Amino acid sequence: MSIEKQTIENLATLARLEIDDQRVEEISQRLGSVLELVDQLQAADTNNLMDNSHAPQATQRLREDKVTESDQRDAFQAIAPDTEDGLYLVPKVID
Amino acid sequence: MHNFTITQLIDGLKNRVFSSTEITQHFLSRIKTLDPAFNSVITLTEGQAIEAARLADQQLAKGDSAPLCGIPVLHKDIFCTNGVRTSCGSKMLDNFVPPYDATVVENFKNSGAIMLGKTNMDEFAMGSSNETSFYGPVKNPWATNSVPGGSSGGSAAAIAARLAPGATATDTGGSIRQPAALCGITGLKPTYGRVSRWGMVAFASSLDQAGPMARTAEDCALLLNCMASYDNKDSTCVDRPVPNYSANLGDSIKGLRIGIPKEYFSEGLNAGTEKAVRESLAEYEKMGAELVEISLPNTGLSVPAYYVIAPAEASANLSRFDGVKYGHRCDNPKDLEDLYRRTRAEGFGDEVQRRILIGTYCLSAGYYDAYYGKAQQVRELIRQDFTQAFEKVDLIMGPTCPSPAFEFGSKGNDPVAMYLEDIYTISTNLAGLPGMSLPCGMVDKKPVGLQIIGNYFDEARMLNAAHQFQQVTDWHTQAPEGIES
Repeated sequence: MSIEKQTIENLATLARLEIDDQRVEEISQRLGSVLELVDQLQAADTNNLMDNSHAPQATQRLREDKVTESDQRDAFQAIAPDTEDGLYLVPKVID
Repeated sequence: MHNFTITQLIDGLKNRVFSSTEITQHFLSRIKTLDPAFNSVITLTEGQAIEAARLADQQLAKGDSAPLCGIPVLHKDIFCTNGVRTSCGSKMLDNFVPPYDATVVENFKNSGAIMLGKTNMDEFAMGSSNETSFYGPVKNPWATNSVPGGSSGGSAAAIAARLAPGATATDTGGSIRQPAALCGITGLKPTYGRVSRWGMVAFASSLDQAGPMARTAEDCALLLNCMASYDNKDSTCVDRPVPNYSANLGDSIKGLRIGIPKEYFSEGLNAGTEKAVRESLAEYEKMGAELVEISLPNTGLSVPAYYVIAPAEASANLSRFDGVKYGHRCDNPKDLEDLYRRTRAEGFGDEVQRRILIGTYCLSAGYYDAYYGKAQQVRELIRQDFTQAFEKVDLIMGPTCPSPAFEFGSKGNDPVAMYLEDIYTISTNLAGLPGMSLPCGMVDKKPVGLQIIGNYFDEARMLNAAHQFQQVTDWHTQAPEGIES
């Protein structure tokens, strides 16, 4: 099983990953073999089953709505690629 | 000194046989001398370790009773460490120095342990061989042409090579148990929610769980006492008292009912591995345990379900790596889209990109129900298999992996061949159950692991059973050639 080039390009856009043309073939093959594996799921009889997204069936807790964290902007921005006046810098988005 | 267990080191420190500074320097010098052959440590924190050991010695002189005071450990490079690079085995985080400690790291500091450094791992914990690390593969100390297992291969290899007496690790589909098995050490993945995930780089959040690695079950109990805690900062952490895991290690296991799943002894299991595991089960019978054949009929669906759920969660978790707030950023982006796309293509390795794409596929419009929804239902089937089994037995045992450590490159081109390495370990993650691996034999001079699976929060019983096995066998005391002296 292999996946169409168009599908790979669409996935790359959704996942924000640059994929060179020469890698598409290999990625298509490898994704295809993984999808063949996971297609075994389709044979399982799961009628009337709840899905189980949290294994030990725990309930989510709520906490009091109060501030517990101190301001650590300087520490966090010290490791950022590019900042200015306390803001993260990215390429220009609006002209 | 490096052949002492943590338990023996604690005794030696208390009785002033040696100081923490001496032990710490000894292990640091072993890492510097021996690790170039194994590549198990990414970052050595020598200066910090020596300073921490000096303080520990002062505490010990005052009669400090912090349980791990002065004991050196290594942390898997997935746990954030304040001021120390946390790479997660990826180029994406090669320059990432967290401004805070993970809860697990903080717990170790509070217990008085000394961090020697950070261990190598598969990139973002995605792998079963350590071949996906940006820093190069870890070599198995038992056979350096073979993999140490993964993703916690650095922690496992370091313990096997006596570079540290204990280490932290994480397990999403087998990443503690499989490398523990392949490196001949003891490792435990606790029940989901037992150990805080806060500050641990996320791979698949509903499966990830941190746990200890050491040479013995007795040492794993000591480390788990320190790692397990209730943590407000992880909303999936379970608010439940932490028992003293060391308290019942010496209990008799007479009458213990051990379930043997027939699906774990089927096609694909190496004959030597099967023999070693069956001989170990016979040891348990000799100690008075009762072996009961059970069935976990949906075992075969665990790998397919995992390779939907784990990549789906990973694709969401790894979307945070975008070159804006920390980590790698590409040069000269022409616009924001280009910044994201090239940063991620340059920062992530092949396997990580592959899993992001699979996860994106399974979550995309039109495929969600057929893949993600279906996999979650299969997960429920797998959980029910275990629930039914634990009505009849106290623990489940079988092999940790299908065969001993394989050679580098031998599963290279087919990701599915690598994924099947985790066939016996993945289902416990899907069910959220605790599992452990302990050394139980040798095949072609390579270690074999016995897996113990317990019911929810039954880690103490698993550790008791493992400790009793280690009282009548000596597999856990064996060392790779050239390491013991």
